[in-house]
Amino acid sequence: MSQRRIGVYVCHCGGNISDYVDVEQVAREIGAEEDVVVAKTAMFTCSDATQSEMEDDIRQFKLDGLVVASCSPKLHTLTFRAVAERAGLNPYQYTQVNVREQCSWAHTDDREGATAKAERLVQAGVARTRLTEPLVPLKVETVPRTLIIGGGITGLRAAIGLADIGIEVVLVEKEREVGGWVDRLATMHSSRQRPQELIAGLREAIHHRPGITVFTEAQVIAKGGTFGNYEVTIAVRRNEDHPISIHVGSIIVATGFDVYQPELGEYGYGIEGVLTLPEFQEVLRESEGSLKYHGRPVETIAYVYCVGSRESEDQGDAHTYCSRYCCTATVHTALEVFKHNPKMRQYHLYRDMRTYGEYELLYSESRKKGSRYLKFAPENPPSIQKAGEPKGEHLTVTVHDQLTSNQELTISADLVVLVTGMIPRENVDLVHTLKLPVGKGGFYNEIHPKLRPVETVVDGVMLAGTCQNPKTAAESVAAGLAAATQSASILKKGQVQLDPQVAVIDEARCNQCGECLSACPYEAIASRPLTDDDKGPRRYVINAATCKGCGGCVPVCPVEAIGVKGYTPDEIRAMIDGLLREVVAPV
Amino acid sequence: MTASETIKDTALPRILVFSTNNISDPGVDLAGSAHLHYSPNVVTISVPCSSGIRPSLIEYALQEGFDGVFVAADGEECAYLSDCSERTARNLATVQQWMEAHHWEPQRLRMGAICSVCAESFVSYVQGFSHTLAQLGPRGGQDHGV
Repeated sequence: MSQRRIGVYVCHCGGNISDYVDVEQVAREIGAEEDVVVAKTAMFTCSDATQSEMEDDIRQFKLDGLVVASCSPKLHTLTFRAVAERAGLNPYQYTQVNVREQCSWAHTDDREGATAKAERLVQAGVARTRLTEPLVPLKVETVPRTLIIGGGITGLRAAIGLADIGIEVVLVEKEREVGGWVDRLATMHSSRQRPQELIAGLREAIHHRPGITVFTEAQVIAKGGTFGNYEVTIAVRRNEDHPISIHVGSIIVATGFDVYQPELGEYGYGIEGVLTLPEFQEVLRESEGSLKYHGRPVETIAYVYCVGSRESEDQGDAHTYCSRYCCTATVHTALEVFKHNPKMRQYHLYRDMRTYGEYELLYSESRKKGSRYLKFAPENPPSIQKAGEPKGEHLTVTVHDQLTSNQELTISADLVVLVTGMIPRENVDLVHTLKLPVGKGGFYNEIHPKLRPVETVVDGVMLAGTCQNPKTAAESVAAGLAAATQSASILKKGQVQLDPQVAVIDEARCNQCGECLSACPYEAIASRPLTDDDKGPRRYVINAATCKGCGGCVPVCPVEAIGVKGYTPDEIRAMIDGLLREVVAPV
Repeated sequence: MTASETIKDTALPRILVFSTNNISDPGVDLAGSAHLHYSPNVVTISVPCSSGIRPSLIEYALQEGFDGVFVAADGEECAYLSDCSERTARNLATVQQWMEAHHWEPQRLRMGAICSVCAESFVSYVQGFSHTLAQLGPRGGQDHGV
């Protein structure tokens, strides 16, 4: 048995755990271990009273390890790390054991089985804790400046938010003007202002904030340094020979989306009068009074939904996701069209209407005003053809409507609008420069869409808006403000602590084969000379500031010389042993 | 650990799940939050990314007493590595070679994508796996290379 002095606290969680697990038995049995100095139960381990009791125990019994068996680590890891720290115990010598979500709640039908499982889980937690070592987070001074990449509505709003909190902003926009997609829209349902007025207001607001510097026709071409003090290099088109170098504490990526562009012939695209939704928005924006297209009055419009969205996985490079915004955008556009001509005939050919939340009101309103909705099956999509003479300028749309017994209906339309979704914007160089994680469908991956929705695993690099996934403008702005808040909360402190649970190399084992170098996309492993002689013997080192602690390098090492602190092979083997041990009740 | 200390002859197969902190662990948590039931002999060890699981640790788990190992991978949602699934699959192929050489049934190792809302999928996976392992019968009597 080890020489450690470990304290174990098993939570009732009111009854959420103890109704299904005999927590007293769990504490009694783990308390029989020689190196478990304290083993207690508590009604709520997270309560102030129990936290104080833990702190007292750590000091009184000189504990050098702490195990809390309660809920998911997602909830209270930081709480109990803080308990350890307040009592003088290294916070990384504490282990959270999940006996609620992964035990009592999953086995409410089996008290005996749940109790035996809780005993094994706690055994494993104690086994790991025996091997823990004190870890110290790396502290890094931060520069109170944020780089925002992308000057669409998300980036502009984030820049204003940050400047108002007192963080300097450098905004880089690839195009000649900031404004992005919103600047090209005819109308927006989420704003009473015209989109161009909205963007003009944001431009004005930026102009009046001296803390915001904008580079247009510019791109980020390099990133060096580490979290808190990244050195970014910006190339401006009109002065490409003299790139600008700027130090920033954090980076917000708000590079936006592209619109799906149909192939020629796809739903009749290429025939005169068949437009995508953004193309139709341009027509609408230019129209005064009655709606016309190429000088002809428009009296009938057919909208075909889900073009380039929710495609079958069988297709190569399929866009299998729903773009979320397009149903609402189309219904809103149809309402705007009614303002031009209340008698306009508008047919919506859809698969499923997804005007979620309050947007349902728009859908109801469009129906009241006369829009007709026809539901088609994905395996039997509408066909669009040029009508025969003498009505050569008209289009014929044929659809089988599932709501009228799959009846074939033919619509004679002046315009067909293909409701195209959002696709990820290709930006290979930026992905490589910032080490952005690219996920499902080609959009950038946050750590967790709900729990950590703007952070990436690259510390200090955040995402906002439609570069993450399809969003409405309102949702994009919300993400931009979230990223601004997150960025400010980091930079306002003046320094950050980096998770010390990163890779570590056992130099005695390492034979410098080089396998690990190519395994790390974050370039956190480097070969360094042992002495001043660059051609002399070398050693491999981990850059703790850039290592993400994923462990991707661990299995590629043929001599098992790499591990991740907190997840070492010895710790995991000890947990496996603990999970298999039969707990023998003390006599 | 001595043989007498190990759990023996339990009715339900013992399954070790490797899950990931950010993506699959919340999915396993969600199964519990929804009070979806599965065998209490299914236990989980959380790691940052499935591609970081050393093959020798899976081999150790099988040697020491688990009837099967399930790797809950992040699929395309991994926040660290875009090729996380491919890397994990390569590592598991190494384990499979080891299993073949030591006469372990290949069905004792599984990998599946479990995301943060995959509660029902997780339960379905482990229940199916438990059933498969029960049909295989108890481990032992083979050259397990121990």
